Amino acid sequence: MLLFPISLMIISLFLGRYVIPPAQVLQILANKFLGLNFEPTWTNTAETAILQVRLPRAVMAALIGGGLSMSGASFQGMFQNPLVSPFILGVSAGASFGAAVGLVLELPALGVQGLAFIFGIIAVGMAYFLAHIYKTTPILMLVLSGMVVSAFFQALLSLIKFVADDEEKLPAITFWLMGSLGSIEVKDLSIAILPISLSMIILYLLRWKLNVLSMGDRESRSLGINNELMKAIIIVATTVITAIAVAFSGIIGWVGQVIPHFCRMIVGPDHRVLIPATLLVGAGYLILIDNFCRLLTANEIPLGILTAMVGAPVFAYLLRKTKGGWN
Amino acid sequence: MAPKLSIQNASFGYNGNDLVWKDINIDVQERDCLCMLGPNGSGKTTLLNCINGTFPLRSGCITINGKDIKSYSIVELARTIGIVFQEHSAPFPYSSLEVVRMGRTPYLGMFETPSRQDTELAYGIMKDLGIAHLASKSYTHISGGERQMVLIARTLCQEPEIILFDEPTSHLDFKNQAMVLRTIKKLSQNGMTIVMTSHFPNHVWKIGTHVAMLGFNGMVAQGRVDAVMTEEYLTETYSVDVKIFEAGSETAKTRYCEPAFE
Repeated sequence: MLLFPISLMIISLFLGRYVIPPAQVLQILANKFLGLNFEPTWTNTAETAILQVRLPRAVMAALIGGGLSMSGASFQGMFQNPLVSPFILGVSAGASFGAAVGLVLELPALGVQGLAFIFGIIAVGMAYFLAHIYKTTPILMLVLSGMVVSAFFQALLSLIKFVADDEEKLPAITFWLMGSLGSIEVKDLSIAILPISLSMIILYLLRWKLNVLSMGDRESRSLGINNELMKAIIIVATTVITAIAVAFSGIIGWVGQVIPHFCRMIVGPDHRVLIPATLLVGAGYLILIDNFCRLLTANEIPLGILTAMVGAPVFAYLLRKTKGGWN
Repeated sequence: MAPKLSIQNASFGYNGNDLVWKDINIDVQERDCLCMLGPNGSGKTTLLNCINGTFPLRSGCITINGKDIKSYSIVELARTIGIVFQEHSAPFPYSSLEVVRMGRTPYLGMFETPSRQDTELAYGIMKDLGIAHLASKSYTHISGGERQMVLIARTLCQEPEIILFDEPTSHLDFKNQAMVLRTIKKLSQNGMTIVMTSHFPNHVWKIGTHVAMLGFNGMVAQGRVDAVMTEEYLTETYSVDVKIFEAGSETAKTRYCEPAFE
């Protein structure tokens, strides 16, 4: 399973509109990472394409695909529901609004990303505190308050779209919302990699506790789990991942709920295996889809469109196959 | 000697609402098997939830080994009290062994996963209870009685000093009722302190050492089974005429009761 994302990542370095002979790709990589000294027979453009464009893009696709899938699996366990998406607490709605504000204000890319990230966090924070009653956060309350917060930020987003100039800004917002990894650079990766990896490690370490948590609040508490603390940690970790993912790539739907579901069919429901499996499969899956986005047509297809076009039918198939029961 | 579990002048009401019950006093000694009877809505399950620390009392206190449960951490409580809830189903089809192994949670650190010894302990307990054949079966695909046995195994895996059962035989057919009751009785004979709620007064004679009858106006009666299981008290508790019958020989007498239907 580990080979799946890694081989895809390597393959994707060879693929692109700008044709570079495979031997050159290997030599460029060997020079950069193995400290070898092949005589450069390639252009600077080729080196840039490999090291500055394709590599960071593939790594980012892996981080985001793996991150969204892991977050989805964690939320599905925590919410005791295999249909839950990692966006259930409103992170995507909040981030969309933040990005739209940034785009309307003509902020530089980093500003748009920053606003998207901050409003993603704010939305989840609002949902969390809205759901907090009597010192607990019941799962049902979380789901409902997530819906409320999402609806609220979607309304705000519509408002921004409504007032945005429809020559340039409205298309920019619409395009951003479709999700893409087209503009990922090395510096984006250097910002995203640490917090996402840290959150992944936390979710990975808590994977056994997710089993216990998924048995329900009443059961897990009687087994000595501090439910509120555990939920808070999981929400923070997943929100860091999803907010960063959305900030850098826009809305990429149908990864975070389909991949965990798919993995559960293959490796079973035990989160000790499921969590690492979702990381690897999700990472490979998004690299794969992103390659299709890059290569299918002359103009890149937005990533969010393809993930939904692939994800929704796959999900429909899984639903029919399992007949709505996940047992 | 201080009682294993002591409930003193306890009152409880859900957030700001009327009290469910008040001034409850119960002492449970080590190795006792206390059965709690009472009509629907009298607050038996609520009392169990107070004992295991889920709901804080409005007033009064609950002590275990002489120490107020408020001073126990969630983990300490889970190591001291196990609870088998009335009905449970899981959203994911974990294997039964996995579910039993979850009983080790209070002994594992934040980021720890169960070790080989934990798994062996869990399997050993399943074997002792005669449900080893369920180990690899999915928890969501076994019968209600089997699930109840798996949950009992999980609770034993917690190595608690007290086990609470919330209506352990509801929803079960005769055979499964017998299996669960036999298991509880065996635990009790092996020295476990047990508190259970039940809707079946007949079961009290089978496995109880003590009984507490909770009515809508507080405790009707409590004490040793022979002293308290009378027609008067049962009638008062359930607000319906209850008759007690006896059957069997002089040496193996069985008692059972029935409500009047007419």
